[in-house]
Amino acid sequence: MFATAIIIFREVLEASLIIGILAAATREIPGSRRWLLAGILAGLAGAGMVAASTDAIGALADGIGQELFNAIVLGVAVLMLAWHNIWMSSHGAQLAAHAKTLGSEISDGRSECSALLLIVGIAVLREGSETVLFLYGIAASDEGSRSAMLLGGLIGLLGGVAVGYTIYAGLLRLPLRLFFAATGVLVLLLAASMASQAARFLIQADLLPSLGGPVWDSSGILSEQSAMGMLLHSLVGYDSHPAGMQLVFYIGVLVAIAVAMRWVGRVRPAGIAPKAAV
Amino acid sequence: MKYILLFALLLPLAGHAADTDVTLQIKDHRFQPAEIVVPAGKKIRILVENLDTTPEEFESHDLNREKVIAGHGSTTIYIGPLPAGRYTFMGEFHPDSAHGVITAQ
Repeated sequence: MFATAIIIFREVLEASLIIGILAAATREIPGSRRWLLAGILAGLAGAGMVAASTDAIGALADGIGQELFNAIVLGVAVLMLAWHNIWMSSHGAQLAAHAKTLGSEISDGRSECSALLLIVGIAVLREGSETVLFLYGIAASDEGSRSAMLLGGLIGLLGGVAVGYTIYAGLLRLPLRLFFAATGVLVLLLAASMASQAARFLIQADLLPSLGGPVWDSSGILSEQSAMGMLLHSLVGYDSHPAGMQLVFYIGVLVAIAVAMRWVGRVRPAGIAPKAAV
Repeated sequence: MKYILLFALLLPLAGHAADTDVTLQIKDHRFQPAEIVVPAGKKIRILVENLDTTPEEFESHDLNREKVIAGHGSTTIYIGPLPAGRYTFMGEFHPDSAHGVITAQ
């Protein structure tokens, strides 16, 4: 039961953190809650479909369909996160200024909400499809411990959701200016982390060279199976054995989005947020 | 978009031959063989066949690999070139029984 709880927790954690961060980041955008919910539901439906067609997806492109699918889905998520952050860097100040009276003044709030739906949908789809497969495996087995394992799964699910909610609630407690800087940095790191994961799938599919096997091995210091390792993996893309190409993708996306955010402008240097007057 | 274009550009490179092929089976939530010896410094293609009815996820932190294999499904995982050493892997969906190690030498 405990092992099951851990497995489900790991699968749920990443999606939950992404939802928590984005729910906080878009809190002032009108209608964002509905879009968020729609994203979760669409993601769950998609997860079921992806899980059901695992074999078909896997067989595509000479057996590397799963990697391609994951890499493309992650690539879309990176683009949407980039769009979100760049959009926020031009509208964030506006949102902060008249947080409550904004209404429908932001003309392209709608496209921002579609980006939100896609990001959340993709996060749930990816992590959800593995969870569905795992639970299907348990349900299909005739082990006597089935109900205990399903209970473990439920505990893992609740644990994962709790971590996501914690980061959401924590972010909302921040003073407004610090809040924009913090969510901006977190979304930036999520995007870089997903780009690195996409690179990993492309290396696994033998579509990209690894550029140096593992560049380092820090599993002795911080294992990805440890609680802190899991959290850092989901949050900032910590990898104990990264390939060189993963670092290229990580840093490339990080720099590209940060530069675009500055360029779109009116954004305060992240991290040096002045003490907010809230 | 640029990533999708990137994939399209790289697709012709897909499936270029690995140096060594290895077959790995999953049966009763165990890997067979549980120990694989491969040459160091070469690219290796692992063909994984899942003989069980339930899905499994091949996972290795040492190798930085992760792939789901459907019940009664099969798949391909590329690894290497590896420096000589021991690399553990496991079936994430059955961590109690599904373990294995790849030795590169």
